[in-house]
Amino acid sequence: MTKDFKDEREGLKEQTVDAQDAELDEALRDFKSSVYAWSDAAYFRPRVVTREVRGRNWRLATGWALGCVLAAGSVSGGLYERHHRREMEKMAAEQRAAEQRLREQQAKAAISDEALLADVDSAVSRQVPSAMEPLAQLMSDDGTK
Amino acid sequence: MTMATADEIAAQEFTRVVERHRPQIFRFLLSSTRDVDLAETLTQECLLKAHRNWGSFRGESSAMTWLMRIAINLQKDHWRNRRMQFWRTTRTNSVDLDEASEWLPSGESSVEQQLLARERVKQVWKAVEGLSERQRTVFLLRYVEEQELSAIAAATGLSEGTVKAHLSRAVARVRLELGGKR
Repeated sequence: MTKDFKDEREGLKEQTVDAQDAELDEALRDFKSSVYAWSDAAYFRPRVVTREVRGRNWRLATGWALGCVLAAGSVSGGLYERHHRREMEKMAAEQRAAEQRLREQQAKAAISDEALLADVDSAVSRQVPSAMEPLAQLMSDDGTK
Repeated sequence: MTMATADEIAAQEFTRVVERHRPQIFRFLLSSTRDVDLAETLTQECLLKAHRNWGSFRGESSAMTWLMRIAINLQKDHWRNRRMQFWRTTRTNSVDLDEASEWLPSGESSVEQQLLARERVKQVWKAVEGLSERQRTVFLLRYVEEQELSAIAAATGLSEGTVKAHLSRAVARVRLELGGKR
């Protein structure tokens, strides 16, 4: 009786282990199938290269912006250079004109000085009293007696 | 045979090896990381490394075992680097267990069977998540890639006895997870 019960219990234990193993096998089989399905789907999925395209667009925009900045810089640099040259030419012309005016004024002033001296000389010469004439004649041209 | 011809033959041979084993390498890395992008990156790195060292491959093991060894080392390096960078706010792309368990082949089984299978797959994923890195590698190589113990030992650099021990613990963990949910 005891032996029969023991055999029965052993039989039940084996059945439980078998059932567990069957369940484990099934679970492992499902797990493997699941991994294969996922892997195949991921491996053969269409590749979308949005990041690359976005990067390329960004690079393109940056290139254009830099190009525009360079072009604007070149144009404005050229314009500034031209304006600067014109200003310099204008200033040089003004300076030349001022110098010319100064020279003319100086020349005019020199002429008026000479005329004044000549007037003074003639006026002085006219004012020599006739009574002094003989004394003046006694003196030589170099101032000696 | 000229040098150029030998190089061409080696290149052709490598191309054939890549075409044949690439999906399997990708699948192993995907199941290890649960991250499609990371698995693709590591697969590329693995093949690049293999290409660089193709001249030193003497055929002592199969090309698959050799490639798998490179993939395992790359994966180890990756996790080591991640651990070193723990202070960084890194975003992980690993899918959660529910999403990973969604994938099932479209068989002829009923909806109820599909649901049961999905639940079983989720439990196995949960058990796999709790395994150590070595146990997980050995478990995936054995039960997903169906590799022989000797090949697993060669790919992981462990002895066959150690592989058996890791496998036994991993299966016990899965069994426990399945048993605990009943």
